[in-house]
Amino acid sequence: MSAPFRVEHATRSSQVGMAIFAAALVALAAAPFWGGRDDLRLLSEIYAYVALASLWNLLAGYAGLVSVGQQAYVGLGGYVLFASTILAGLHPFVAVPLAGMVAGVVALPVAGLMFRLRGHYFAIGTWVVAEVFRLIASQISALGGGSGISLPAGIVTSMASSRQMREFLIYWVALALVVVVLGAIVLLLRSRYGLALTAIRDNELAARSNGVDVARTKLVVYVLTAFGTAMIGALIFLQKLRISPDTAFSVNDWTAFVIFITVIGGIGRVEGPIIGTIVFFLLRQTLADLGSLYLLMLGAVAIAVMLFAPKGIWGLIADRFGWQLLPLERRLHFAPDARTT
Amino acid sequence: MPEPLLEVRALDAFYGDFQALFGVSLRVAAGEVVAVIGANGAGKSTLLKCIAGAIKSRGDAILIDGQPIGNAPAHAVVARGIALVPEGRRLFPSLSVEENLLIGGQLGRPGPWSLKRVYELFPVLAERRQQPSTSLSGGQQQMVAIGRALMSNPRLLLCDEISLGLAPIVVREVYARLPSIVAEGSSLVIVEQDVVQALKAANHVYCLQEGRVALTGAAGTLTREAISAAYFGA
Amino acid sequence: MEWANIIIQGVLIGGLYAMFAAGLALIFGVMRLVNIAHGDLIVLAAYVALMTTDTLGLNPLIAIVIVVPIMAAIGYALQRALLNRTLGDDVLPPLLVTFGLSVIIQNALLEAFTADSRRLKAGPIEVQTFEVAGVWIGVLPLLQFVVAIAVIAGLQLLFYRTALGRAFRATSDDQSVAQLMGLDNRHVFALAMALSLAVIAVAGVFLAVRTNFDPAIGPARLIFGFEAVIIGGLGSMWGTLAGGIILGVSQAIGAQINPGWQLLAGHLAFLLILAVRPEGLFPKVQT
Repeated sequence: MSAPFRVEHATRSSQVGMAIFAAALVALAAAPFWGGRDDLRLLSEIYAYVALASLWNLLAGYAGLVSVGQQAYVGLGGYVLFASTILAGLHPFVAVPLAGMVAGVVALPVAGLMFRLRGHYFAIGTWVVAEVFRLIASQISALGGGSGISLPAGIVTSMASSRQMREFLIYWVALALVVVVLGAIVLLLRSRYGLALTAIRDNELAARSNGVDVARTKLVVYVLTAFGTAMIGALIFLQKLRISPDTAFSVNDWTAFVIFITVIGGIGRVEGPIIGTIVFFLLRQTLADLGSLYLLMLGAVAIAVMLFAPKGIWGLIADRFGWQLLPLERRLHFAPDARTT
Repeated sequence: MPEPLLEVRALDAFYGDFQALFGVSLRVAAGEVVAVIGANGAGKSTLLKCIAGAIKSRGDAILIDGQPIGNAPAHAVVARGIALVPEGRRLFPSLSVEENLLIGGQLGRPGPWSLKRVYELFPVLAERRQQPSTSLSGGQQQMVAIGRALMSNPRLLLCDEISLGLAPIVVREVYARLPSIVAEGSSLVIVEQDVVQALKAANHVYCLQEGRVALTGAAGTLTREAISAAYFGA
Repeated sequence: MEWANIIIQGVLIGGLYAMFAAGLALIFGVMRLVNIAHGDLIVLAAYVALMTTDTLGLNPLIAIVIVVPIMAAIGYALQRALLNRTLGDDVLPPLLVTFGLSVIIQNALLEAFTADSRRLKAGPIEVQTFEVAGVWIGVLPLLQFVVAIAVIAGLQLLFYRTALGRAFRATSDDQSVAQLMGLDNRHVFALAMALSLAVIAVAGVFLAVRTNFDPAIGPARLIFGFEAVIIGGLGSMWGTLAGGIILGVSQAIGAQINPGWQLLAGHLAFLLILAVRPEGLFPKVQT
């Protein structure tokens, strides 16, 4: 027996949005043919940040777990890649999903400890965990200890037939990864888990009294986020060809920028991190010469946005026009004969 | 006719989109005891919160000595001499009995009420002055709440359902103290579910029904039937 | 005797950690806010001390009298102008705003003072030691420990014996009823922040004399303060002192085993307490 209603997700604006995404995907997949080395690198960086910010948004904006320690998993992913390729001879592209899986497993006991802390204290706790990872990494002499290690030339050349091919492959993997991450997030949010998450975000107590298993939902989101973040981290450092504890676990690179991107773009909406990344890179292209002044301004902008436009750029647009770029709304569509009074 | 101590003029109150009070008007003269009665949800507590400044209102909707205070914040209203004994007592759990009283006197407004005088009014509190305030019985906590409000030497004391949750004999004990409070110079507005008690204590009565004044008059002149009709709605 | 020395060093630096923690715990107690910029404000205090000693030629330990009011004023202004707007039920705004503040302070200091490591000179007191039962104790570390105890005792006194402390506790209990007592919340919160920064000022000066500092060391101080609070238990100032001492001793023991393990040992002690006794060692019983 079919249900008397079905749930519709798409709207006019999301159809437009999906069309734009499809067109963009085609154009970007073809980038190796119209872009140069620097373009590919820049695009890969953008993909990484879109993915990292989207995952952080899922964690903080939807599950309410505000972590300032996600750099733990970025670095963990990078180190698992370097360790498994250098010490165990695995192919780098196999090491990427492996990094994700290791992070997923590690995230379980970490969550067990961190979930004992609430709110602000949870945030700092995640930072401590990242610090612990960093300190442990600097003690592993097989991976260069405190000064880090470069990916041996042998492994680098084994990835592809030429340097150009290697860079194309890494680029495509980066693009594929961000598409997979975004797709997984959209699918998650459209599922029952997503409904539970939105309920938790709006009112945790009410969600619990309606039967939502809050603790388990949060755990699932935390582990999945760690999984995704580590894969991105592995790819980032594969591209850099070098890793060190300070770069792998940098708060600025992997948390501060990610948070600013998400806040400015719009927390709690999937489109937010995408918009935020674009704005962030535009700002960076124009202002990066200013060094620490640039970071200072970024901080000030983030504070201003938080105080005066807490829903971010996309939040303002979506509220004003009711748009969505991705089909995430839920509307009930009743079959004509099934309607009761 | 002299300025009333407190005048409420066509007061509206909202909780978000929900309107709790519709054009409520009320007067309290100096030295008077005014009772506000009505069923649950009639808006009695909301009225007191507006007067006390816990809910912001239109500036000229609430006047003390003819001065508009409707949009003044709560801490400024206390400084003007209006103190609220909140519904459910709301004592500070981290503070002892004496500390609760002392913080009521935070502003240092001049007047007859002091720690000593409050202990004279409620001797049982003197015995328990250092105990955590929440370890006292319901009736004693009510006394602390009243004493705390008195410590600000208010010209107008607002009492929100002080009989709530208390045994009848305790309620009588608390109400027996009210005349001394008036004698020291405070006027009273008491919000009560216990209609009999309210009528006994008050000079003047207002009955609220669904956010509107349904009936008003001197306490002695109102009939049972009239009150019933106003309370529940005819 | 080697181990006795180690433990004593750990205890003494624990006093400094307790001061880091006290300011943090105070703010959380009164307004449920955790200031991510806390560590950076400690570093800011160190630089204020630097400027004070440079322009006035004072010994930094004397300069404390000037640094404290400056930092307190900054704290009051910060709360009134910025942080009061973030308070509410949502955890995100204060967290993100103080995080942004942390980035701003670090980079402003970087612009103003460069990344060079600095240290304040306090004179001969830095190297004076005396012997007690075969153990050598530095005068400066001991002084700093005594000051830490005095600060915590002072805070306890303030919270439990003064009208201001009453106001803090009442506002922490019930903000709306505190308003009915004539307390202006905006002012009370700003005073609490001013007090927190006053404590930070003292800690910052001692930090500046004790170690090399640069604009980037703030977050680590935040973490030490935070760990001391969690180990000791929320709601108890003396617990915070105990937490600081335990952290200091853990670090000292770790450093003795292997110099690279100093910080890690402290973090592991924190994680262990979190795993085994998450409410801390001396939590205040909640009524």
